Amino acid sequence: MAHAGRPFGLLRNLNAKVAAIPMMLTVIVIFIGCTLWTVFYSFTSSRLLPTSDFVGFDQYSRLFGNSRWNQSLLNLATYGVCVLTFVFIIGFVLAVLIDQKIRFENTFRTIFLYPFALSFIVTGLVWQWILDPGLGVPKVLNDLGLPGGSLALLGDKNTVIYALVIAGLWQGTGLVMVLMLAGLRGIDSEIWKAARVDGIPAWRTYLFIIIPMMRGVFVTTLVIVASGIVRVYDLVVAMTQGGPGFASEVPAKYVYSFMFERANLGQGLAASTVMLVTVFIILVPWALAEFRQKRS
Amino acid sequence: MAIATTTNNIAGVVEPAGARPRRMFAPSTIILYSILTVAALYYLLPLYVMVVTSLKDMTEIRMGNIFAPPVQITFEPWVKAWSQACTGLDCSGISVGFWKSVKITIPSVIISVAIASVNGYGLSYWRFKGSEVFFTILLFGAFIPYQVMLYPLVIIMRELGIFSTIWAVVLVHTIFGMPINTLLFRNYFASLPPELFKAARVDGAGFWQVFFRIMLPMSLPIFVVSMIIQITGIWNDFLFGVIFAGNQNFPMTVQLNNIVNAVQGVKEYNVNMAATLLTGAVPLIVYFVSGRLFVRGIAAGAVKG
Repeated sequence: MAHAGRPFGLLRNLNAKVAAIPMMLTVIVIFIGCTLWTVFYSFTSSRLLPTSDFVGFDQYSRLFGNSRWNQSLLNLATYGVCVLTFVFIIGFVLAVLIDQKIRFENTFRTIFLYPFALSFIVTGLVWQWILDPGLGVPKVLNDLGLPGGSLALLGDKNTVIYALVIAGLWQGTGLVMVLMLAGLRGIDSEIWKAARVDGIPAWRTYLFIIIPMMRGVFVTTLVIVASGIVRVYDLVVAMTQGGPGFASEVPAKYVYSFMFERANLGQGLAASTVMLVTVFIILVPWALAEFRQKRS
Repeated sequence: MAIATTTNNIAGVVEPAGARPRRMFAPSTIILYSILTVAALYYLLPLYVMVVTSLKDMTEIRMGNIFAPPVQITFEPWVKAWSQACTGLDCSGISVGFWKSVKITIPSVIISVAIASVNGYGLSYWRFKGSEVFFTILLFGAFIPYQVMLYPLVIIMRELGIFSTIWAVVLVHTIFGMPINTLLFRNYFASLPPELFKAARVDGAGFWQVFFRIMLPMSLPIFVVSMIIQITGIWNDFLFGVIFAGNQNFPMTVQLNNIVNAVQGVKEYNVNMAATLLTGAVPLIVYFVSGRLFVRGIAAGAVKG
C-alpha cells in the first residue's frame, strides 16, 4: 500500500506477482481469513447456520462444562504424552542402532518406515482387527494358555486410549527415526573421535554430547509430531469411533460432530478455537527460538 | 552404499579411519541385530496379519488364530472386496472408491505441484516486497489444525458452487499441500547455481521463459519428491473426503471405513482386510518404488517445515 502512489513499484515484477496469486489468496483468505472467521463466530450462538448473535464466552463455558469435551481433552493429553514419550525413545534408539554401520541398513529402514506411508484409516482398521477381543491377540494368548486372554483393550473404557497409542506409535515412529537418523548423520565425525580419545563410553557420548547437539532436530520433531497429535482424527474414527461411550473421544472428532452432525456450530467453532490455541502454545516458543537463532 | 558396507565387512575392516573393528559374531553385534530383527518383526506383523487374514475363508478365521498361515488359500475375499463389498445398501465393492480416489488424486497432484513449483521459483529468484511475509505465514498455516478452517471452507465451496464435487476436494488438497511443497521447491531452486539465472536474464529471458527453459529441465528430482508427498498424502486423506466430496464421490479411505465399520451384517474379516490392503496398496507401491526419494522428501519437508 505504501507504493500505491508509484504504479511502477506495483507493476515491477508483475509476472512474479501474478504467479504468486494462489499463494497470496491461500494465505489471506484461508489461513488468515478462515481462522479469524472461526474465532469470531465462536463467540456467537450459531446453531445450524452462523448468526451474529453475540454471547461472549458462553460457548466456551458450555464447552468446558461438557463432560464429553473434558473427556476428549483428557484423552488427547494421555494420548499425546504417551505417543510423544515413546515415539522419541523408540525413534531415537532405532536411529542409533541403524547408525552403527550395520548391514541391510536399507532393509531395516524400509521396514520401520513403511507404516508411515499408510493412512490412519488403514492403520486403525488393522489394529482394530489385531486387538479384536474375540479373534485377535487376546484369543491367541488364550489359546496358548497365557494370561491376558481377557485382554480387551478396545472394549474397556480405561484402556481404549492405550490401544490408540499402540497403533499411533506403529504408524509414526518411522518418521521420527528418519529425522533422528538425519540428525545423527549431520554430526561431525570428529566429535566421535574426540570422545573416543577421551575414553568416554558410547552411551555417555550419546547422552551428554550427541543429544544436546541434536537439539534443533529434537525441537523440530517435537513441533511436527505434537501438531499432528492435536489434530488426530482418522485413527480414532477407524479404530474405535470414539467409543466405548466417549472413552476415546478426541477434540478433532468433537469439532466434527458438533459442526456437521449435531447442528451446533457455535460449540464446534469454540472447540476448534481451543485446538488452535493449543497449537499456538506449542508453536510460539519454537518460532521465538528460530527467530533468535536467525538474528544471532 | 550398501555394497560399500558389505565389502568392508568381508574385508574384515582394514581401513584405519573406520569404526573400531568388529568381529562378525561379537556379542554386541548379536545383540544389535537381535534388537533390530525383533523390532522389524513388530513392524511387519500387521502387514502379515492383513495378508494372511485376507487369504482365509471365514470358518478358518473363526477356528484358528490371526497369526496362523492359511490352510487353504482363497482369493475370493479379494474379489469380493473389490467388486461386492457393501456400504449400507450399496454393494458394488471398494473399486468404486478406488476410482474416485484416482479421479481426486490425479488433478490434485498436477495442480498443487504446478502451483508449488511456480511459487518456489518465484520465491527464489523474483522476490517482491512482502513475498517473504506471505511465505512465512504460509509455513505457519501448515500447523493450524484443519478443523479451524473447515466450516468457512465449506461456505466458500458452497459459494463457488463446487461443494460436494471432486473439484472441492481438489481445491482443498491444493491449498493444504501448498506450504510444504512450496518450501521444497524454494529450497531446491535456491540450491541451483545463480549464474544460470543471471545468464538467462542477460540473454533477455523473462519470468516464464527462465522457468520453462532453464529451471524446469533441471528440477526433475524435486518434482518427483513433491509428487510422492502429494500422491501419498492425498490418497491417504480421510477428513477432506468426508466433508467436501459428497456421498457420490467418497474417496477410497472413506468408503473403506464405511465398509469395515458398517453396523449391520456379519463382519467379514477376510473381505475387510483385503479391502484394507487394496486401499493401502497405492501408497505402499509409491513408497517401495521411490525408496530413497520418499525418505528424502519427508526429511526435507519435515526438518525445515
